[in-house]
Amino acid sequence: MDPKLISIIAAALAVPIGSIGPALAEGRAVAAAMDAIARQPEAAGTISRTLFVGLAMIETMAIYCLVIALLLLFANPYAG
Amino acid sequence: MANSPFAATILFQVGPLPITRPVVTTWGIMLVLSLGSWLLTRRLGRRPDRRQAMLEQLVTGIAGQIEAVMRTDMRPFMPLLGTLFIFLAVANLCGLLPGVEAPTSKLETPAALALIVFVSIHYFGVRSQGLLGYLASFAKPKLIMLPLNIVSEITRTFSLMVRLFGNVMSGEFVIALVVGLAGLFVPIPLMLLEILVGLVQAYIFTVLATVFIGAAVGGSERD
Repeated sequence: MDPKLISIIAAALAVPIGSIGPALAEGRAVAAAMDAIARQPEAAGTISRTLFVGLAMIETMAIYCLVIALLLLFANPYAG
Repeated sequence: MANSPFAATILFQVGPLPITRPVVTTWGIMLVLSLGSWLLTRRLGRRPDRRQAMLEQLVTGIAGQIEAVMRTDMRPFMPLLGTLFIFLAVANLCGLLPGVEAPTSKLETPAALALIVFVSIHYFGVRSQGLLGYLASFAKPKLIMLPLNIVSEITRTFSLMVRLFGNVMSGEFVIALVVGLAGLFVPIPLMLLEILVGLVQAYIFTVLATVFIGAAVGGSERD
């Protein structure tokens, strides 16, 4: 197959497959944080700050996939 | 087809040095922020007027956040981290102005900012613990963790860069695609989302830099 075609298919697969894990993880993290805030509303500030940082960490995985997909599409050394 | 997100437009050349569009935008933001800060802080009084009250709210807000994360005196770190936050917020949001491209949506600007954070982590670490003490903190809790700690120094700087670049760039990319496909006023909800993403990313970049510097200064825990 043509390397261009392969890289387009790979880029199209990289984002959806790579975002399954972060999506599940972010859902669990937000659910846990909601639970904690409901139990202890006075700690909401600390919890949401930690939640934001944690979500950013998790989200990085999905962003890596996006960057890989864009590298395949725009800066692929093999497809020219 | 949208332009490649990895290529920056070259505007003009200074000798052998090509000056790209993000560089010009960055210098514009720096000029606006420096002039604005100078103009806004010219007449500070004991009794704050509306302008000074807003500035004080911003500065004490940032200081409070830094102090809540670091749990130590934040004054040595306030110039770096506060400037980082304000610059990032302005840089992420200026992509919404017509004709301006957010400098953080190209790879060079996040790379430079992450490099600044990387250097300042070690600077503050060495300053607070001494060179030997800081180097010894890499071998904690056991000597076998030494390679992992060194690798994590590099990967977390890299992920700082990729996170900022990926978020801001993907936002602009999606807006460009929707404009191309659907029409002029369709991406306005996406631009509203982009305001939120830009501010959150500025906040997260600053908080993570604060956490890393705090870990290097405290020397007790690193992640």
